[in-house]
Amino acid sequence: MSITVRIPTPLRTLTEGEDEVSVEGGNVAQVIDALEAAHPGLKDRLVDDKGVRRFVNLYANDEDIRFLDGLETPLADGDTLSIIPAIAGG
Amino acid sequence: MRHRRIESIVDAVGHTPMVRLRSLERETPEVEIYLKLEYANPGGSVKDRPARQMMLDAIADGRLTKDRVLIDSTSGNTGVAYSLFGAALGYRVQLVMPENVSQARKDITRAFGTELVFSDPMEGSDGAIRHCKALVEAEPSHYFYPDQYSNASNPKAHFLGTGAEILEQVGDRITHFVTGLGTSGTMMGTTRRLKQHSRPITCVAVEPAQPFHGLEGLKHMGSSIVPPIFDPALPDELLPVETEDGWDMSDRLAADEGLHVGHSTGANVFGALTLARRIGRGCVVTLAPDRGDRYFAPLRWEKHYEW
Repeated sequence: MSITVRIPTPLRTLTEGEDEVSVEGGNVAQVIDALEAAHPGLKDRLVDDKGVRRFVNLYANDEDIRFLDGLETPLADGDTLSIIPAIAGG
Repeated sequence: MRHRRIESIVDAVGHTPMVRLRSLERETPEVEIYLKLEYANPGGSVKDRPARQMMLDAIADGRLTKDRVLIDSTSGNTGVAYSLFGAALGYRVQLVMPENVSQARKDITRAFGTELVFSDPMEGSDGAIRHCKALVEAEPSHYFYPDQYSNASNPKAHFLGTGAEILEQVGDRITHFVTGLGTSGTMMGTTRRLKQHSRPITCVAVEPAQPFHGLEGLKHMGSSIVPPIFDPALPDELLPVETEDGWDMSDRLAADEGLHVGHSTGANVFGALTLARRIGRGCVVTLAPDRGDRYFAPLRWEKHYEW
């Protein structure tokens, strides 16, 4: 299950500048754990002990996972998980 | 001033009320805390001030004419202000914004006849800046590009307006001023005015503690395109605020003070309270850039609702 994860600009310091990384996982939670293994520090930015941090928007393909099954949202081979940043400035 | 009769909505900008935050002061009995309600501007945000100043200055010296289109990159509030004044003054407006700004914002600006261009949501506001610059470079004579990040009229609006008004309202008491950094126009202009006051006023800039944050409207300078109008030597201190602390303070202001504000206000007030606790005695002033209703997101049940 290879999932493409789109990394927003402010988190690319953790992915050696890469704007997309590929990891394995069958749902969002597994993908986040795989991200953390490959790029330590990412998980803390995305989730806390209550789940996805309130201001973080995760999209499975084009849908906000809040409107799907949250961290349990299933992902299939070839799917894209996007981490969408806040709209900063002005 | 707010009760006066005016000739145009453009004249309704500024002279915003300042409200004392008594519920917070219970934690800091020797410190007065005031919030200046910038959402009382006609476009609903602090951005009315710089947008108005940038447009009027450009009209005065001929940079903005009726045969040009005003274009800028904006996360929303500046766009609402341009759209409002563009409609009132008779100028065409085009806005570049990241595609993930809320539907409400897109609808508000379109209501004034503004045309929207969307940039990549993954690139945030920096992506919108780059996209806008590319459009202007392709057709420079077609556009007037105020560029709020580098336009001196932006901080000037706060020097002439916000800073002067704060001194009128609490000039005899204020010891500290706190506000967040976005374009940095509010911080730069207001601070320059407050530093001219006869007594010293400490000016503190709030910024998101993390590069990846949820304080819309605010910039983490260390990881962003730094606006040319930003002078890092001007603030006396940079105060980092976590997203969750700003969000929680927004909720608290609504519940305890009847102030339903955006997250940048929550961050500003959290910064003001942090400072108040530290100084123990004094008077801290901060700003409410906009209302919370600018940030309503669709709920699950209405997400696919169609009229």
